[in-house]
Amino acid sequence: MSDRLRAALRWETGLAVVVVIILIAGSSASPDFLTGNNLFNLGLSNGEIAIMTLPMTLIVISGEIDLSVASILGMSSSLLGYLWSKGWPMPAVFVFVAVVGVLAGAVNGLLITRLRLPSLAVTIGTLALYRGIATILLGPNTVSTFPTAYTNLGVNAVPFTHNDVTYSTLIFVVLAIIFGVVLHATPVGRSIYAMGASAEAAQFAGIRVKRIKTILYMVSGLVCALAGVLLTFRLDTAVQNNGLGLELDVVAIVLLGGVSIFGGKGSLIGVILAVLAFAGIQNALLLTNFNQEASGIVTGALLLASVFLPIVGRSLKRFAPRSLTPRPLRPQTPAPHSTVAS
Amino acid sequence: MKGNDNAAPGETQAGGLAARVLRVREFGIVAVLVVFVLVTTSVQHRFLNTTNIQFVLVDTTVFALLALGETMVVVSRNVDLSVGSVLGLSAYLSANLFAQHPNMSIPVVFLAGLGIGLACGIANGLMVAGGRVPSLVVTLATLYIIRGIDILIVGGNEVTASSLPSAFLDIPKSTIIGIPDIALVVAAVIGVGAYYLRTFRSGRDLYAIGSNPEAAQLAGIPVGRRVFTAFTVSGGIAGIAGVLWAAQYGTINSLAGTGYELQVVSAVVVGGVAIFGGSGSVVGAAVGALLLATISSALYVLGISPFWDQAIWGFLLILAIALDQTITERLTNALRLRRTRHV
Repeated sequence: MSDRLRAALRWETGLAVVVVIILIAGSSASPDFLTGNNLFNLGLSNGEIAIMTLPMTLIVISGEIDLSVASILGMSSSLLGYLWSKGWPMPAVFVFVAVVGVLAGAVNGLLITRLRLPSLAVTIGTLALYRGIATILLGPNTVSTFPTAYTNLGVNAVPFTHNDVTYSTLIFVVLAIIFGVVLHATPVGRSIYAMGASAEAAQFAGIRVKRIKTILYMVSGLVCALAGVLLTFRLDTAVQNNGLGLELDVVAIVLLGGVSIFGGKGSLIGVILAVLAFAGIQNALLLTNFNQEASGIVTGALLLASVFLPIVGRSLKRFAPRSLTPRPLRPQTPAPHSTVAS
Repeated sequence: MKGNDNAAPGETQAGGLAARVLRVREFGIVAVLVVFVLVTTSVQHRFLNTTNIQFVLVDTTVFALLALGETMVVVSRNVDLSVGSVLGLSAYLSANLFAQHPNMSIPVVFLAGLGIGLACGIANGLMVAGGRVPSLVVTLATLYIIRGIDILIVGGNEVTASSLPSAFLDIPKSTIIGIPDIALVVAAVIGVGAYYLRTFRSGRDLYAIGSNPEAAQLAGIPVGRRVFTAFTVSGGIAGIAGVLWAAQYGTINSLAGTGYELQVVSAVVVGGVAIFGGSGSVVGAAVGALLLATISSALYVLGISPFWDQAIWGFLLILAIALDQTITERLTNALRLRRTRHV
């Protein structure tokens, strides 16, 4: 246990160093980097992705994955625009969008836990299904007739924060605290780690694996619906392809944060640092006039680094002087999990 | 699965049962396809006219090719999410060869596409097999990186049909007795792929790896090399598919093939290939691709907005996975019953 803790801490220390390097490099590359205005924009343009990484972290630690997050975001954005254009009052629209988000997550969760289907396949299916529903709702139309009182929430700062903190940043911080406490300081959090390490063992230990996983997916649906509302108000546009492809960003950030794709390992601090690193890099690239569309190269490279650096570290350890590492008692057999995908 | 000594009779029966279920599996998707075509045709007769059939077949070729490579990867319990990006990169670079050198010969351009695809596939394969890293993560990363490289190269440019030779653009249009040439070629390629996976030792190895990677390793199968090959083939196929895509659409910008990875995985899974490896066939995957193309076309012919496509795909995909799981569970239970009876 202490070993694992140390390894996790090392990964997070490394990430923290990366974040600091990005800050230094960014501010030396452009004097605008560390200004309040830029940080505000940084929070603005990454807020929805950041919010969606929180439930994704818990889901991946529990040994599953949710690729439908960006489609749930798109579906709630479309639904928001559709209902508003039909003349629903905004509070009713909010409630309805939230309920649909929870339902979308419940469908994922029930298919995965009750029918015992692989989450990767199910959520690829619902990725298409929910985006498809968004497309059916709005078709080629866009809705951008939202009252300014609401769209201001998307672009204005929270009062009393010197115009530095966006609403999405505030929501991210609040949610991060809640998710962090649940994951790291409650029995539910321990159960999530346990089922990620071994779903069967967790089941036999009396943990309600299916119920907790279903709830995680429902929470994810709700949070993604919220992100959809935020994105819609920020862009002042509801359109069916809002947030298209963001699921990959979200998964990339979570893995970069040191969460194991096989479940059972990772921490929320790591993911928060990864969010900062991701946002910082995107922003530094923007300020240095790098083609913004191609910033996926950096995301991809980070993702590769997140899986290959630990391996490099391990093999370095293997080649360490023999006196430092105790000799294994029996000849080592080849690693049992060679090329297993999730 | 232990104490196999006296399970020989059970084994043969189980083998027969498995074969029957496999047959049923492909039979299922073919039946869905047939029913779908019949219902659509009875509502709208135009659906079965020559033009529309040709259109659907040409539309299927790119996805059927991609599904062939993806099947090899998925059967070995991996996944290749980078195919859409590889297709996009290959489509632009190969079409751009024509734009730069109008007299370029067409086979050379196909070879260039193949080379680009192979390079990407080798990179994926080296990282997955050599680094022993989950393929989901690696190909998710290369999906981003290859698309990013594509965007850096292409920028805001695009290759338009006017800069492509007409012989190249005619490739999808030429037909033999009413059947598009490329559909025949792709069908032949899929036939070869199916034969290889069923018959060749290295092909069977992919199923063994997908069923149980550790057991395959212990049985002496060169797991790393086989997985590497599967990714290389998948990449190479995506490269060629990119050139075909360019011939089919004529206009190529940096968005070519975006999101294809999910459509290809859908086609493969709808075609009865188990997402966690070990079973499924290339023919099933190709029929899956054909079914998806048929559905899009049927929606169009029936006058239903194409905006319904994606939701229907998603629904079908989930249905296919659920059916697959039910069949597998029933098969496992049947095997268990037989085993207990014979021991």
